[in-house]
Amino acid sequence: MLSYTLKRIAIAIPTLLVLIVVSFVLMHAAPGGPFTAERQLPPEVLANLNAKYGLDQPLWRQIVTYVWNIVSAFDFGPSFVYKDRTVNQIIAQGFPITLTYGLLSFAVAVIAGVSLGVVAAIRHNSAVDYAAVGVSIGAQVLPNFVMAPILVLVFTLWLGWLPGGGWQGPEYWIMPVIALSTSFMASIARITRSSMLEVLTSNHIRTARAKGLPERRVILRHALKPAMLPVISYLGPAFVAMITGSVVVDIYFSTGGIGKAFVDSALNRDYAVMMGVTILVGALTIAFNLVVDILYGWIDPKIRY
Amino acid sequence: MVATTENNPGTAAVAKGRSPWADARRRFFRNKAAMFGLVLLVCVTLFALFGGLLSQWSNEELDYNVMGQVVELGAPSIANGHYFGTDDLGRDLFARTVQGTQISLAVGVVGALIAIIVGTLYGATAGYVGGRVDGFMMRLVDILMAVPYMFVLILLLVMYGRSITILFVGVGLISWMDMSRIVRGQTLSLKGREYVEAARATGVSAPVIIMRHIVPNLLGVIAVYATLLVPLMILTESFISFLGLGVQEPMTSLGALISEGAGTIAYGTTWQLGFPLLFFVLTLFGFFFVGDGLRDALDPKDR
Amino acid sequence: MSLLTIKDLSVTFDGEDGPVHAVNNLSLSIDKGQTLGIVGESGSGKSQTAFSIMGLLASNGRTSGSVVFDGQELLGATQKQLNQLRARRIAMIFQDPMTSLNPYMRISDQMTEVLRLHKGLSKTDALAECVRMLDAVKIPAAAERIRLYPHEFSGGMRQRVMIAMSLLCRPDLLIADEPTTALDVTVQAQIMDLLNDLQREFGMATILITHDLGVVAGFCERVLVMYGGRVMEEAPTDPLFETPTHPYTRGLLGAVPRVDDEDAIMTAIPGNPPNMAAPPEGCPFRPRCDFAGEDCRVMPPLVPFDGDRARACHRPVAEVAA
Repeated sequence: MLSYTLKRIAIAIPTLLVLIVVSFVLMHAAPGGPFTAERQLPPEVLANLNAKYGLDQPLWRQIVTYVWNIVSAFDFGPSFVYKDRTVNQIIAQGFPITLTYGLLSFAVAVIAGVSLGVVAAIRHNSAVDYAAVGVSIGAQVLPNFVMAPILVLVFTLWLGWLPGGGWQGPEYWIMPVIALSTSFMASIARITRSSMLEVLTSNHIRTARAKGLPERRVILRHALKPAMLPVISYLGPAFVAMITGSVVVDIYFSTGGIGKAFVDSALNRDYAVMMGVTILVGALTIAFNLVVDILYGWIDPKIRY
Repeated sequence: MVATTENNPGTAAVAKGRSPWADARRRFFRNKAAMFGLVLLVCVTLFALFGGLLSQWSNEELDYNVMGQVVELGAPSIANGHYFGTDDLGRDLFARTVQGTQISLAVGVVGALIAIIVGTLYGATAGYVGGRVDGFMMRLVDILMAVPYMFVLILLLVMYGRSITILFVGVGLISWMDMSRIVRGQTLSLKGREYVEAARATGVSAPVIIMRHIVPNLLGVIAVYATLLVPLMILTESFISFLGLGVQEPMTSLGALISEGAGTIAYGTTWQLGFPLLFFVLTLFGFFFVGDGLRDALDPKDR
Repeated sequence: MSLLTIKDLSVTFDGEDGPVHAVNNLSLSIDKGQTLGIVGESGSGKSQTAFSIMGLLASNGRTSGSVVFDGQELLGATQKQLNQLRARRIAMIFQDPMTSLNPYMRISDQMTEVLRLHKGLSKTDALAECVRMLDAVKIPAAAERIRLYPHEFSGGMRQRVMIAMSLLCRPDLLIADEPTTALDVTVQAQIMDLLNDLQREFGMATILITHDLGVVAGFCERVLVMYGGRVMEEAPTDPLFETPTHPYTRGLLGAVPRVDDEDAIMTAIPGNPPNMAAPPEGCPFRPRCDFAGEDCRVMPPLVPFDGDRARACHRPVAEVAA
């Protein structure tokens, strides 16, 4: 198990480096530098600016410096637009917010999705099953950018129960979390249901039943673990998609997470911040995939090599 | 587990041989959800192709009678020819929804095609060549999977300017990895088959074997995932359009229309959200149902 | 009074193309400590019979008739009632040891849960008892290997684990469903020897389900021959081998390699087992039977003869056994 974990970590590190280098090169391949975009600057000012941000150095040296700063000090450098702010400060402002509603949504999606899927599978072909399938099919076509306006329409404009935007307390969390988690909950429920149905027909479950175990124990102790394997492999992509969804949530509910930092920087052509956010999200993704891999190895003894 | 064995000569009349494709077709057409999805898709496609003929307005024309009083006068009405009402600027929403559906379907199909072509060739090559090359190619896919593509795509759209080409290609290029994994797995199992070995033994070159013997046998899998990829592509495009980074005015897509409608619901013009949303949902449902139906039909063990 | 009595058991599955009659009007009984073999080709309904006793039929299966175990009717019993019997009084070993154990749990956890549930033993007591049982099925270094996962055992060892697990509560009845089919030939013999020893040691009644008459010969007192979901012939083992009175039994015996008679010609039964979704009318063996006549279009009843034998065939004993 330990060597398996180490192996996974060993793969994660180069992945992260590749991600950093690729986004750096992408940024530099963009037409025009960050300071040529808006107004025409006098050449000496431009040279000064480039020197200040290290843009006059050869590309390889810039990459090494950039990577080194991130690796050694977790420093993404200064913003290209806000002269007195660093990328770190901008990200640090939004990140806790994104983390809060992101983790909440993730928990809701997993818990509700798995429960729904398991119940549907146990009561296969019953009214509960059909309802669960119906809900999950319906929710599948309701991505965050569709859910967000519908929620606002219903709960803010028609019912007036919830605030339409902002980030001041738990009542502000509800709609972002629902908007972000609904379609993932649906997918998780679908995956859980079909994998549970498959596991329930497997031979070792028949053995468990032949042992006279109560149905509860058969499900929880013998069927749930293997049924979770496909769900766990789905969690990686789902996590990425949820973080991506934070862009919509931040825009629509004015929650002020890193999605907002990303969109603002995109509109301002603040490449430093865009890269910072992209790399951070990439790093989170890699870390999350690592957790998923380890979880997978923990459940399935056969792949702990 | 039920006792069904190979056909008995004595009972051949009852259990007559059916080709796998005929069997799959029969299962597909018996699947009510899939048929419903197919009908939905046909309707949506007809709407996208010929809806423009019914329209009384073009998608760019501003209706000066409505402009400025959209909340009062812009609601859906047969009388003034705005079947779906008008948008915030007084443009006919019916014409714009027709156009949005066209663009969304096009992005979905083109994006899925790109993903399928790249993914199939990549996966088939990795699986067929095998060994170190396979290991390297698949490791690369692992690494690429960890890249937050939506962010990169947005990065590209911002840096290189909004362009429909980047959108089409970008949407496709971020989704080929899953396809390549599936295709690789299938290729590995096909590689050992006798007819592939026979082709190899007679000196047929690798690219020819891949194109002639491997890829055609993957068509079932490809068909299923293509149908399931199209709605994902539509979702991706809509997401980007929702952020205002998608197609440019006066062109529009369902995502852009949803975004506009979502921006104005506070004024009570719910039709501006409702109609684009309806077509968005119908299209996705159609593809999901047909995709699931195809999967069940072609891969019965998965039921 | 017999331990298990099955009367007119029928098992039907609701298939996509209409109902499939897997078992038709099967009756049997087995006393305490007795050994009974159920022999037949795949699809003859022998496994489904076992599953109906255990209440483990697939969800689209329906049963009729009666299965009485120690005075208690099992068909229609609740899961709770069945769980009181399963493992405690009726245990089962399955065909494929590779998939019958839970690959995600340690052997120790899979075994101890039986004792903890049914006997209320503590964790340590249960573990000790499980190790003893693994010793009994001759697994070397059982105390250490009990901590392993199933994939770390070979097929034969896994089947030993299955046997040990099934015997933990000293059941009155053991149902072994093709316990050696998935194993290598040499391992098959070891497992059958082991089952034989254990049966003598523990004295549980045993139903051995197999397609291999050779396996039955060394193990069972009585044999039930099934074909197409029906009982063709039932007899004590030795007389059955000496004078098979049913064309199908004869065919089966012809297909068994004989060690004692090297000149014997091994003959296969022509044709294939029936398609159970569309069985032939009358006797299911009719299309493959050398003796078949027009009267075989009506299923012959299972008629007792010779005191403790029974057969379902229109042809007279003399004609078939000759």
